[in-house]
Amino acid sequence: MMVMKLHFFPQSRVAKVTVLEKMSVNVHEADFDVAELQRCLLSGLFEEGAVATFTGYVRHANDKRHVSTLELEYYPGMTEQSIKAIIHEANDRWRLLAASVVHRVGRLSPGEQIVWVGVASTHREAAFSACEFIMDYLKTRAPFWKKEFGPFGEVWVSARQDDSSRAARWHADSGS
Amino acid sequence: MLKVLFFARIREELACSKLEIQWPDARLDLDALQEQLCVEHGESWRNILTQDNMIRAVNHQIITDNCNLNDGDEIAFFPPVTGG
Repeated sequence: MMVMKLHFFPQSRVAKVTVLEKMSVNVHEADFDVAELQRCLLSGLFEEGAVATFTGYVRHANDKRHVSTLELEYYPGMTEQSIKAIIHEANDRWRLLAASVVHRVGRLSPGEQIVWVGVASTHREAAFSACEFIMDYLKTRAPFWKKEFGPFGEVWVSARQDDSSRAARWHADSGS
Repeated sequence: MLKVLFFARIREELACSKLEIQWPDARLDLDALQEQLCVEHGESWRNILTQDNMIRAVNHQIITDNCNLNDGDEIAFFPPVTGG
C-alpha cells in the first residue's frame, strides 16, 4: 500500500508567493485620512515588518506659474484597472503583504492631498522600493489628467520627461 | 455598437466626450475607425487624432499599434497621462 505524505502549509504562506491578497484602489473626490488608510492597510496582517507610504500634495506653483485650482480628470474603469496592474507588477518584483492606492479627482486647491500609496511587507527594502515603483508607474501609466487654473488662465499639464525617465529606470533594473 | 470616448485636452479640442457608432457588420480595425472619424468630422479631427503623442485604448488596454475591433468594444483617445 502506498502511503502519501502530505505537507500542509498555512494558506497565507502559499498564496503570498504569487498573489497579493490584500489590495485596494480607490479613486474619488473626497479627502482622505492617512492614519486611517495605514490602519486599514495593516489590518489583518500577521507578518508585517515594514510599511512605506507616500502622500502627494497639490503644489502652489508649477513651472513658476501660481496655481489657484487643480482639476483632475480620469477614465473610470481603466484608471482603477491600470493601478491594479501596477500593484500586481510590484508584487511580482517584491514580496508584498498589502498595497493600497487612493487618488483624488475633481477640483483641488494647493496644499490639498491628492494621492496616497501604502505598501506593507516583511522588510523595509521591499516596502520602500514597491512604494516608489507604484508611484513612478502611476504617474506614467494611469489615466489621470491635470488641468491648472490661475492668473495665466487654464492649461492642461504636459507629461514630464523626468517622470518617464524615473519609470524607465525600473525597466533597466529588471534587465540587469 | 461601438462606444468611443475622448478625454482631457482631446475632449476639449474635439468638443466631444463620447460617440456611439453603429457596428458596420464587417471587419473593422482601430486605424480604420480613426480614419472613419476623420472623414466624417473633417480635417480638424484629423489634425487632433493624428497627433504624435495620442494614446489609444480598446476595452481599457492601451494599443500601441493597430488591432481588430469587435461589436461592443469601448475605444478611447487621450493625451499622455499626468496624474500623481
